[in-house]
Amino acid sequence: MIINSRFFNRSELIGFVALALLLFVILPLTLDVFRLNLVAKYLTYAFVAIGLVLCWGYGGILSLGQGVFFGLGGYCMAMYLKLEASSVANTKIQSTPGIPDFMDWNQITQLPFFWKPFHSFPFTLLAIILVPAFFSFIIGAAMFKRRVGGVYFAIITQAIAAILTILIVGQQGYTGGINGITDLRTLHGWDIRTDHAKFILYFVEVVLLFGCIVAAQFIRLTKLGRILVAMREKEDRVRFSGYSVANFKIFAFCAAAIFAAIGGAMFTLEIGFMSPSFVGIVPSIEMVIYTAVGGRMSIFGAVWGSLLVNFAKTSLSESFPQLWLFGLGALFIAVVLAFPDGLSGIWRDYVQPHIDRLIASRKSKARWADGSVADGAPAE
Amino acid sequence: MLIGHRPKEFLLAVEALTVSFDGFKAVNDLSLYVEENEIRVIIGPNGAGKTTVLDLICGKTKATSGSIQFRGKELTKLKENQIVQAGVGRKFQTPSIYEDLTVFENLEISFPRGRTVFGSLTFQRDAAVKDRVEEVAEMIFLKDRLNVYADQLSHGQKQWLEIGMLLIQNPDLLMLDEPVAGMSVSERAKTAELLNRIIKDRSVLVIEHDMKFVEDIAHKVTVLHQGQILSEGTMEHVKNDPKVVEVYLGH
Repeated sequence: MIINSRFFNRSELIGFVALALLLFVILPLTLDVFRLNLVAKYLTYAFVAIGLVLCWGYGGILSLGQGVFFGLGGYCMAMYLKLEASSVANTKIQSTPGIPDFMDWNQITQLPFFWKPFHSFPFTLLAIILVPAFFSFIIGAAMFKRRVGGVYFAIITQAIAAILTILIVGQQGYTGGINGITDLRTLHGWDIRTDHAKFILYFVEVVLLFGCIVAAQFIRLTKLGRILVAMREKEDRVRFSGYSVANFKIFAFCAAAIFAAIGGAMFTLEIGFMSPSFVGIVPSIEMVIYTAVGGRMSIFGAVWGSLLVNFAKTSLSESFPQLWLFGLGALFIAVVLAFPDGLSGIWRDYVQPHIDRLIASRKSKARWADGSVADGAPAE
Repeated sequence: MLIGHRPKEFLLAVEALTVSFDGFKAVNDLSLYVEENEIRVIIGPNGAGKTTVLDLICGKTKATSGSIQFRGKELTKLKENQIVQAGVGRKFQTPSIYEDLTVFENLEISFPRGRTVFGSLTFQRDAAVKDRVEEVAEMIFLKDRLNVYADQLSHGQKQWLEIGMLLIQNPDLLMLDEPVAGMSVSERAKTAELLNRIIKDRSVLVIEHDMKFVEDIAHKVTVLHQGQILSEGTMEHVKNDPKVVEVYLGH
């Protein structure tokens, strides 16, 4: 009686179906593989944006370092693919065959210990989830238990993003440095560079994305989702209602990190490389902008925001490369000032009422036609 | 040692409690005992340390020295959420509710079940929860507003909602910081009625300035001044204490 007990309410169901139609049917049918691969790249950021909806939109925890987790997921996948591409047969011209090429260039003669487990695909899949979960847990526990929040937390996450970038660039022999891990070829013997593989990977990604949407929606609808909102508004009230606020913040931060890492791993598969330019401060802030543009309280909005901002980025930076960053900044300011709920807010306030009215008038017309006017039918 | 002369068991025993902020002693060597089912009102001029005492008991502020025993548990060593779970509920001075959630959801969050991360993920809104929420909503005069978002409520209704959120926790000690501040006359009367109804089976510690309201509800009154107890006893006793008249009631 109190709350709609269904998983999606009507407008969310419309959003779900519309997005599913677009991603599963319309885009694959209308776009060539090159463009579809671009969409796949945009969608990898949607994973991050969905995590930010939970963590920032609902929990009020602004992380400006989601690139860290995107990168960790991406690098885990890249390490596996790189090891597979660096078989002894493929690298026999190196002074040490069987190790990744950039290690050989940096006079490293033995595979470092932390690379060895990435020979195993199951281990890699686990690591994609567990490595970011572990790091976000440590960061979250260190910050939230000490009641570090708000702007301070945002700045610290920025610092972590900067540190990780510097670390990756500096440790060139172990990480591939500024170039990242490149020349990835096969996944379990399956060539990921072909058009056919890109097509398949696109669908794998969209299925995973919908998995994340459903998981985020599930979290949102549990009491935990409501506690996140409560915490954002009156942290002390939640604390003095018997909850350990820090644990809930850690959960939201870890969930966002895991979503980001899945996106990062898919990025590596789709694009065929991973580099520190997707880890640092700028990409991390861009990810927050995608979420803000889509609407930070809306899971579907996050996906639309990632798609549209990236689409604008590609088309604008092709024609006005210097202007793009100013455009992005202006977009963020405009959204924050004029539309704090982003695209989903515009939809809710301006489009949804029209649809509702249309449906209502259809229904009442149908009732009139039936000749059985229900009580309380709208007069207009 | 006097055998057979053990002091009475108090619900709450605050002893030699001191807290200093940069040398300023907001609460200075304070001792306070609250019995089971007692309504104790704390009064005193601004800056006397009334709210700080509540902050210390509920763990919001850490004591510099002294002890707070609640049913034999030392509260100064517990975290805020553990103090709540031990049975202490706290209402803040300004209504502290979740405006983006409905009245039902506000009350449900305070329902004492599923307070861990995993527990709240698997929490089910079953009949026990619904019945209890409706029961409390009726007590706080908000039964027909359960589906309303809390930001739509009037100031007085927000205060009641927060009292309701504490009731649903079913604490043994309920601490209220100025529960009728900013309320209309009729809301005040209703609040007094509400408090008189909910004090059964629990102790209440109230900070209030409204003397008429204090007279209506208090069993015992404690007057604080500069972090120390100036006077303590029945309202009649306190009212006639010349020290109290001088620093507080005389004004």
